[in-house]
Amino acid sequence: MAENELMINGHTVGFTPGQTILEAAQAVDIWIPTLCHLKGATPTGACRICLVEVAGARALQPACATPAVAGMRVRTESEKVVEARRLVLELLLASGNHNCAVHNDNGQSWTDFQLDVQRHDGSNDLCPVWGECRLQDLAFRYQVTSGRFKPEPGAYPTEMANPLIVRDFSRCILCGRCVQACNEVQVNRAISHGYRGTRSKIVAAGDRTLAESECVFCGECIQACPVGALVEKKSRYQWRPWQETTVRTTCPYCGVGCQQLLHVQDGRIVKVTGVEKAEPNQGRLCVKGRFGYDFIYSEERLKTPLIREKDGFREASWDEALDLVATKLKQIIAESGPGALAGVSCARSINEDSYNMQKLFRAALKTNNIDHCART
Amino acid sequence: MTNSFNELARAKMIMVIGSNMTEAHPVAATFVKNAVLKGAPLIVVDPRRHALAALAALHVPIRVGSDIAFLNALMHVLIAEGWYDKAFVQSCTVGFEKLAATVARYTPEYAADICGVPAAMIRDTARRISSVKPMMLCYTLGITEHTCGTHNVMSVANLQMLLGNMGVECGGVNPLRGQNNVQGACDMGALPNVFPGYQRVGDAAAREKFERAWGVNDLPHANGLMIPEMMEGLVSGKVRGFYIFGENLANTEPDIRKVEHELAAAEFLVVQDIFPNETTRFAHVVLPAAAWSENDGTFTNSERRVSRVRTASPAPGEARPNWWIFKQVAARFGQTWAADSAREIWDDEVSVLAPQLCGIKYHRLEGDGLQWPCPDEAHPGTCYLHRDGHFTCGLGVFSPAEWTPPAEVPDEQYPLVLSTGRRLTHYHTRTQTGRCEGLNDILGEETADISPADAARLDIAHGETIRVSSRRGQVDVKANVTGQVPAGMVWMAFHFREANANWLTHAAFDNITMTAEYKACAVRIDKPRPFPIRSR
Repeated sequence: MAENELMINGHTVGFTPGQTILEAAQAVDIWIPTLCHLKGATPTGACRICLVEVAGARALQPACATPAVAGMRVRTESEKVVEARRLVLELLLASGNHNCAVHNDNGQSWTDFQLDVQRHDGSNDLCPVWGECRLQDLAFRYQVTSGRFKPEPGAYPTEMANPLIVRDFSRCILCGRCVQACNEVQVNRAISHGYRGTRSKIVAAGDRTLAESECVFCGECIQACPVGALVEKKSRYQWRPWQETTVRTTCPYCGVGCQQLLHVQDGRIVKVTGVEKAEPNQGRLCVKGRFGYDFIYSEERLKTPLIREKDGFREASWDEALDLVATKLKQIIAESGPGALAGVSCARSINEDSYNMQKLFRAALKTNNIDHCART
Repeated sequence: MTNSFNELARAKMIMVIGSNMTEAHPVAATFVKNAVLKGAPLIVVDPRRHALAALAALHVPIRVGSDIAFLNALMHVLIAEGWYDKAFVQSCTVGFEKLAATVARYTPEYAADICGVPAAMIRDTARRISSVKPMMLCYTLGITEHTCGTHNVMSVANLQMLLGNMGVECGGVNPLRGQNNVQGACDMGALPNVFPGYQRVGDAAAREKFERAWGVNDLPHANGLMIPEMMEGLVSGKVRGFYIFGENLANTEPDIRKVEHELAAAEFLVVQDIFPNETTRFAHVVLPAAAWSENDGTFTNSERRVSRVRTASPAPGEARPNWWIFKQVAARFGQTWAADSAREIWDDEVSVLAPQLCGIKYHRLEGDGLQWPCPDEAHPGTCYLHRDGHFTCGLGVFSPAEWTPPAEVPDEQYPLVLSTGRRLTHYHTRTQTGRCEGLNDILGEETADISPADAARLDIAHGETIRVSSRRGQVDVKANVTGQVPAGMVWMAFHFREANANWLTHAAFDNITMTAEYKACAVRIDKPRPFPIRSR
């Protein structure tokens, strides 16, 4: 092997100095499972799911935190690796309330399991991210059941104290991705690791609620959460991953133009996420971009043309309203010239709308009295 | 923006002036913060010690409206010490002598009096920005929303040219635009002096081009009116018919009483919008429009990136796309427009007529969009402008400016400065965010942000209702006592109708762009009487 090459599963793979085994593998589409790894953030090696076998090493190495070294011989799915991953998954599944169907408590009936769940976290909810959970996916892939270890009771109650983000600590696997998303990606520094051992918890502001902390509700933590510990309150128990279609679009608020993925179900947006690896936002959104979508379904929307009548408005057909507009504009042009008309376009609406409005004013009404709020 | 958002994360040094990015452009701010974590020094120039200042190597709390004095003093030091980019100035710019002459009298000591910061801090800032290259400069409405807004912008550009920070990656002059498509609305020619693609209406060749494209004769050659002139025209009778599309002018323009008087004077007002709002109250005809996710189309962001907007669900009731409505009005003037979708409008008209956009077609916009200028279909788009110091107009022109104070400054009667802006959770007049579940719970009312010093002096407790008055009006609002605001300043937003800052703001305008001075007017604070005396 040449300099800056290593062997993964018998294939010679090049790497750039400084890359980890995981990065070198990902560059050539060799899959290594991850849970705690957050691209762009400091590797923590917390979850141990990415363990790989490195020839000559005393123990299995976490691929996300081990630098690639020339001549290294790595196996990503050896018997030893798979055995270790299964154990990691068993422990993770037993670490909290992971009551999806992968759960198979030896000898315990489903009812008993459910009762257990209720006893432990005060909730009989099934997991809100069923079908879109990395832990569940990995348990399925490695065919892990959890029977050997008794599930830990949830140490902390679910936090519902804010209108946007649900923090279900019973489903948290303490991977720390949310902490990195908050501290290294969005740099809001609202949450961190708290307590030790079985009391470990992701805490905000010295273990207060998010609302009492520095949290700005950007929801980056939700997007980073690989399990059901952090979910959007508005989407919880509405969104089902296999019922959705997704639509990529551009955020309607500030001038950054973040790329959003609209999760649409039965013709309604049920949640919004940032498009990963997209320009300009690289998956990031703010509170408005992530949670400011449901205005379009407000009952207060204007749904029909209106014409002023005495002190109020009456509903009208498009033809009637447009005829009235055209008649009045023509009358004003005839009496005072086109300069007596003026229009203000919209800096929130699409380009094509502004184009057509200025075209209407210039080509049809014959005035350049067209402006918008660019100046403010 | 001359440069792109992704460059912020890689920048070696960033200066943010007049921009509360963490609240007004939150995702852009994350890239600034990423750069800081990687070691890039950040300099924040702002009267308020806002969130970004906590991460800054240096926060320069200049007084509201003293930007030109500050920037000129920086340039004074750079020139006096020989810390500017002589090679760039010599080969890529003109007007240096004029600039040097203007800034000569802006010694740090002179500017310190105007700016309210020590002369040593100005020198320190100049030293820092000249020692790292390139420095990426961002600004927002703290620069533009002044009667001297145009001069502020020119001064920012002067500084970056003097430092040779133009035409390079991770440098440039980067105004963060406030609305999602304010860049696009400009590009589309929704301005009184230019056709799409910034082609001047006064240029006969441009008129002929558009006459041919649109199949019309006699396109008007005189520049049209700007919004403040239109509004005043409603009262004078000069403007009789007014068509407002998607702007809640009654809440967003300075001095609400004046604006409402003007709107009420309209002989015939058409309002096209998605919700009834404070402006539709004055309308004679209201036309219901399709909203954001009910349209196919494009937005153009601050970095000139044209991105797709896609339909997720149908518009309610009879609401129709805005472009369709304009097309129907045009038809009643005998014009038949062929384009019958946003895609046809863009591909067949916009990208044919605007030279910067010729290479941008819908089929190229599936992924991350394209940044203009993009002159042909093989062009990959442009991440940063003026590459290698080749300015669009040839050489970069220094346009020195003298400092002028805001139109209304504090006096005995109104001793405080009111400055306004946006808060994170809401957007403008809340027509949208006010109708999203949860957002009102996070921020449910307006506050007047005041300094602990003023609160102590006036015996005001945090959360206490105070009365803020200006020569235009008054509002009763809860005091938010915060160290973010310097003594002598009141800071408010315009998200809520009650306690909207625009009851107080001053309709004084930059005389070139007619941008209103939202960032500075004089106010006073009183305690409302606990038991108002009712007249019988």
